[in-house]
Amino acid sequence: MTQTSQTFLGMPAASPEEQPHTGGWRTNVEVPQDTLRWGHTFPEGAHKTLANTQMRRNLGHATRTIRNKRQLRVDEMPDWEDLREAAEAVKFEVASRLPELLEQFEANVTAHGGIVHWARDAAEANRIVADIIKSKGIDDVVKVKSMATQETNLNEYLADEGITAHETDLAEMIVQLADDMPSHIVVPAIHRNRSEVRGIFLDRMGDAPEDLSDKPEELAGAARAHLRRKFLHASVAISGTNMGIAETGTVSIFESEGNGRMCLTLPDTLITLMGIEKLVPRYQDAEIFAQLLPRSATGERMNPYTSMWTGVTPGDGPQEFHLILMDNGRTKVLTDPIGRQALACIRCGSCMNICPVYQHTGGHAYGSVYPGPIGSILTPQLTQGLADDDPVHTLPFASSLCGACAEVCPVKIDIPTILIHLRARSVDVKRRLVPDMWDVAMNAATPVMSNGKAWLAATEGVKATRLIGRDGRIGALPFPASLWTRSRDLPVAPKESLRQWWKRTHPEGITPARSGLGAAQSTATKENR
Amino acid sequence: MRIALFATCLADTMFPQAAQATVTILERLGHEVVFPQGQACCGQMHANTGYFKQAAAIVENHVKTFEPVLDGEWDAVVVPSGSCAGAARHEQRLVAEHVGDSALVKRVDALSPYTYDISEFLIDVLGLEDVGAYFPHTVTYHPTCHSMRVARVGDRPYRLLRAVEGLTLIDLPDENVCCGFGGTFSIKNSDTSTAMVADKAANVMSTGAEVLCTGDYSCLMNIGGALSRVNSGVRVMHLAEILASTKEAPFEGHVSFQPSNDQVRL
Repeated sequence: MTQTSQTFLGMPAASPEEQPHTGGWRTNVEVPQDTLRWGHTFPEGAHKTLANTQMRRNLGHATRTIRNKRQLRVDEMPDWEDLREAAEAVKFEVASRLPELLEQFEANVTAHGGIVHWARDAAEANRIVADIIKSKGIDDVVKVKSMATQETNLNEYLADEGITAHETDLAEMIVQLADDMPSHIVVPAIHRNRSEVRGIFLDRMGDAPEDLSDKPEELAGAARAHLRRKFLHASVAISGTNMGIAETGTVSIFESEGNGRMCLTLPDTLITLMGIEKLVPRYQDAEIFAQLLPRSATGERMNPYTSMWTGVTPGDGPQEFHLILMDNGRTKVLTDPIGRQALACIRCGSCMNICPVYQHTGGHAYGSVYPGPIGSILTPQLTQGLADDDPVHTLPFASSLCGACAEVCPVKIDIPTILIHLRARSVDVKRRLVPDMWDVAMNAATPVMSNGKAWLAATEGVKATRLIGRDGRIGALPFPASLWTRSRDLPVAPKESLRQWWKRTHPEGITPARSGLGAAQSTATKENR
Repeated sequence: MRIALFATCLADTMFPQAAQATVTILERLGHEVVFPQGQACCGQMHANTGYFKQAAAIVENHVKTFEPVLDGEWDAVVVPSGSCAGAARHEQRLVAEHVGDSALVKRVDALSPYTYDISEFLIDVLGLEDVGAYFPHTVTYHPTCHSMRVARVGDRPYRLLRAVEGLTLIDLPDENVCCGFGGTFSIKNSDTSTAMVADKAANVMSTGAEVLCTGDYSCLMNIGGALSRVNSGVRVMHLAEILASTKEAPFEGHVSFQPSNDQVRL
């Protein structure tokens, strides 16, 4: 492509490194130092992502598709509610018995030839992974898509240690090639359309066919050829896990593409990073989640690949298996009797797909690798970032509390209640010496709203709005009212308040009884109680 | 029956038509309505913004005002808002628990079963779907999140609307999706709220209905504000206003977002 540096209609020509990428893709987030706390507040993040019309178009289409598929697959299950209740009960048991279940799990993994490590935080987990890889004398590994390793920023850490980790999940690979961050926990590249994916492959994959089109099958073919070479050369693989089973020491991966199965079976060494909450007590419990997870996550009856492994099996699969059990804030979450329900999450993403806030803003707005409704309750708890000088504290407020998330959650996490609870915790730990706008507003309203007489006086004051109203509505107002009136009119207060109307129409205080009917019914009802 | 009206703070000040219509319906059906003077607010706005300590004082006042229902002073407390009915059942308890006031928890638990959204009261208590209303207009209904998922009023509003003579009910696309109000969410996350209400307003306009109806004036304030900004020509009305209308006496309460001759002008 030839570019001249002429200026056309006042538009400066693109500088060489900003030349349009094929497909128009752009990465507008930087890989953050702290993956749980990228540094911006939710309103700041949302302000930026809401302006990205292409992303919103992609996201709206994708979430609607998955949402409808999920509903279809849920509706055909006669025992869906029973399954949800069973899952909730299992996860409640795990939270109640976590220490003993972890010890049982460790003992069973070890008994079957696995090596168990414990990591208090992300840094410790990353160090353990890097040390194992270095001990093998290699600098190139393959990875199964994993939220645990997203949480620890493992790929970045390994890169600094001179080790390249290749993501093998298609969407995760797209994100990695584009130097992007995931926007969703199940569908990391949900914010990209296929023309952008084609552009990313052509610009960044290195071995993409020059005549690559944006047909899904061609894109998948290019990715498959690219990944095959990685699988066949890797001697170490890294994974997360969907579920660990305490009773048997079994670890599992539920996936759609088979890339995970390649990583889990071809290399000699397998390293699995697992958050300590991802346990179930009994082998039989897996049955519940094997039904709930695929239907909730991707709207499939069953995910195409379910891999389960217990320690090592001589002559079959990896001969060295390391399991890292990571806390990274989870035991702190466990101390909150209301908030700890968030640990029951099985990372299906159905709350994101249904959430109108997520659907408009996308995952990057949340400033954490855990976006959407579950991220809004998980991130501030994992980081304990509830003070008002921490950007993370804005997450529990990033919801209209519509409750759609709780309705679809396969483990029945009461997300709206936890959001409100965390808002209260956040208000309780406010560090400001000078009250902010909300303190002033809420404190001023309290004596009025908790006292009938003060309320009566205040309602008269509302009529002042009639002075600025025009034709029964109020348009633009200065800050902070502008936050409302930039997009919506406000009605002016009516001429007659309800109390005045009541006084005028009911001078006796109550409705004059029109017949004996009311009194008779009243008596009957009282007796029925 | 003798019914205590909880008008809600929003209807009391900004949208009296919802409470007036509720009174009109109940009286037309032959019941006595009482307006307990001490009432103010259910505490939902404070609770949902995280100001639990302040919310507790508001909840205390609410409980104190309506507690006489427990002694048989009235038969029920009726509120023209699914959202406030939901708060009486859910948020008030959270607040009392959070501040560690176990006595208040008990009082909230005792009172909440007597609190009904108007649609629940008409169908569950009075056993009526047809309340004798007449409203010859096309209407689309937005079920509102808190009515649906906290108060769980279910399909009651639809059943009541379908029984209204002359009314044509048009399905609202994506009716279950939030309008983006969320109380202080609309201010704290103004950008996102705007994007959400834009979708809702577009869906409302796509129906071609004359009237957008909900069981909650908070959502109507949000969606109505957006519809008014673009001069959409869609009127917003509370469910009770429609149910209060009859052939003989069309309900003529205050009309919000509507030009009127007696308004003060700049």
